[in-house]
Amino acid sequence: MSHDGIKAALEAFLDAEFSPDLSLVEWRKRLVSAGWAAPSWPDAYFGRDFSQAEALVVSQVFAERRVVGAAQVGPRRLAAETILAHGTHEQKQRYLPKILTGEHAWCQLFSEPGSGSDLAGASTRADRKADHWLINGQKVWNTSAHHADFGILVARSNWDLPKHQGLSYFLIDMRQPGVEVRPLKQMNGHASFNEVFLTDARVALDDLVGGEGQGWAVATATLSIERQGFARGRSQGAPAPASAGRVYEELARELEIDNEPYTWYPQREGRPDLILQRAQETGAIEDDAVRQEMAKLVCLTEAARISADQVSAHQKSGGQGMLPAGSIGKLGASVIARQAAHVHTMISGASAMLSGPESAFEGVIAETLISVPAISIAGGTDEIQRNIIAERVLGMPKEQRMDTGPFRDIPRNGQ
Amino acid sequence: MQTVLSDDQVQFKHVVHRFFDTHSTTTAVRALAETETGFDPLVWSQLSETLGLTGTHLPEQYGGHGFGPVELGIIQEEMGRTLYCGPFFSSAVMAGYALERFADEAAKTERLPQIADGSIRATLVLDDLNHPSQVGRLIAADQAGALTGSAPIVLDGCSAEVFFIVAREDSGLGLYALAAKAPGAEVSAQDSIDMTRKVARVTLQEAAGTRIGSVTPQSLNRFWDLTSVALAHEMIGGASRLLDETVEYTKGRYQFGRPIGSFQALKHRCADLLMNLEFAKAATQHAGFCLAASDQETIYPSMAKAMAADCFMEMARAAIQLRGGIGFTWENDTHLWFKRAKCDEVLLGAPYRHRARMMDILQETQDVA
Repeated sequence: MSHDGIKAALEAFLDAEFSPDLSLVEWRKRLVSAGWAAPSWPDAYFGRDFSQAEALVVSQVFAERRVVGAAQVGPRRLAAETILAHGTHEQKQRYLPKILTGEHAWCQLFSEPGSGSDLAGASTRADRKADHWLINGQKVWNTSAHHADFGILVARSNWDLPKHQGLSYFLIDMRQPGVEVRPLKQMNGHASFNEVFLTDARVALDDLVGGEGQGWAVATATLSIERQGFARGRSQGAPAPASAGRVYEELARELEIDNEPYTWYPQREGRPDLILQRAQETGAIEDDAVRQEMAKLVCLTEAARISADQVSAHQKSGGQGMLPAGSIGKLGASVIARQAAHVHTMISGASAMLSGPESAFEGVIAETLISVPAISIAGGTDEIQRNIIAERVLGMPKEQRMDTGPFRDIPRNGQ
Repeated sequence: MQTVLSDDQVQFKHVVHRFFDTHSTTTAVRALAETETGFDPLVWSQLSETLGLTGTHLPEQYGGHGFGPVELGIIQEEMGRTLYCGPFFSSAVMAGYALERFADEAAKTERLPQIADGSIRATLVLDDLNHPSQVGRLIAADQAGALTGSAPIVLDGCSAEVFFIVAREDSGLGLYALAAKAPGAEVSAQDSIDMTRKVARVTLQEAAGTRIGSVTPQSLNRFWDLTSVALAHEMIGGASRLLDETVEYTKGRYQFGRPIGSFQALKHRCADLLMNLEFAKAATQHAGFCLAASDQETIYPSMAKAMAADCFMEMARAAIQLRGGIGFTWENDTHLWFKRAKCDEVLLGAPYRHRARMMDILQETQDVA
């Protein structure tokens, strides 16, 4: 379809169907049934088979006309993309529409206290019963779990197979007695994550994704989607358009809840965007040593941007290499955050000690300085990214493993 | 503006790659490094006459092929990969761009075609290779065009047939042409760390140059940008080759009963090197696209030169370190690239000077996009 044709069709749809007085869910149901909620998805599943360029035309029209789009903030995007790629026809029919309409919020239940970087070492149990799976164990670092309706869960369904082969991937209902969610406070004072305790929680048999024992392959797909988000530095949703009407009011409420865990996320990226202004306001920009460090930061941020543009142009033309590109981008984001925090510290001098009302940018700089350690851990540590780059891009030999053989025989934490 | 190479450009890259892969082996490089002129006339005539590479970036009206910094970058990258020994950078790039940017119409019409087809090997005599603002301190022209002074580092100074010389005048800088063997010009070979690129001192004593153009601060900056980006491409090529070969080495070298490439200490170092290379490569390619798209001054050429230089040098250090003792021997090829990296790092301004320039431009424009 030509870009003008897409624009015309979408404009006609919006003229006929959109009204600010609709409820948020009602409006998004219309979007979903017309295929405009996720236009790059397949025709068969609520989309229009659009290319990235075509989908971009759609989001531009949405932005120009200040029309509310599908729900997409937070882990729900990871769930949706994974179900789309690996779910059954029934799972797609059942879960995808309500993700798009925002009726269902999702969370990710992957990490455990005993398995962080070694995600495949998960020891949450999934025991198959006559008509359901019984889940027992503990998960951690679960963003938005406290208001999630469903979770994407990795658990061990077989203890006699080697670790990667004994995992299965489930869609779990969070609103059940066996699921307990507790907030987890971080070093920067925020509590964006939770711990989730699973005690005889149940998963229906047909909520298994990708087949029993296929959990690692499916989880890897989810992680790849997540890393792309890190590389682009986009975890947060845009603020709601400030317009009057029910649909906008409901969207503002939704975004307030969905964005809450992410308010400090720009700070963990080092806030390179504030450097020039800070350097000018403080006069530090006249200092040659500061200028050198600022220039190094600009080199990194600009090269990361250019590199990401090149990767996406390459992918649009049918090229490959998505996952390693994600790892390089994520590693780059860590380097950028550290250099930005370094320059902020040079600029602030002794004032960098302050975090109260007198601190720079009402505490934003202080929060930056104590939030950047997160960027090189969350979503796979820098060290894990380097392993991925070395092994999958450069083809270097894998480290010798100590964890082959049946999972039950492998040494684990707390044993 | 372009984001990635076009299909035609990728095709061109393959052709150029094959040529230098065949004609610039490390055996050939080592042999040429031991000679005085440092190049093989046969390979030079093939690359200039048969392939027409010397005219790639020069305007068609002056005998060039009318392509730009992107295509030149492709050539430079492949030359850097193989450490091509020859006067391409000195003649086609430095002298070629100097004529294109500084010379008057008649001089361009007369002289550029000879540069473009490689029939004349010229070089640019610049008395400072660190910063454009310092050019013209050592060489001066009197009103009759007599040139006096000295340039300590002239690329391929011993083998060039013609010098183009930037000299200080009563007000500003002028461009002069002088036959290399003209009276009053004395050329003496300088020893360089990098034996694969020959340099010489050129000393002028009332040498009778022909004035062929004017050099303004703006045109000198632009010249500096164009040549810096070409050099950055060379460095990216060298760094890519070093990473490829270093990674291969770690896969085949066994210690403690396993390939050393399976140790995380080495894998992580290589992963960091790759990230640096990808960023420097992206910056360098982008700088080429920017130069091709407009004459406007941006931070990108200096950014490319600074990043490519730091990347190449770090890569060269690591390439030796990861090989251990063998990497420090004369017999192993790694030092050839290490030495090129060191010389490229400082040629046309060390990284800190380019970062300083980035900040100057950034403050003037306040616009990174």
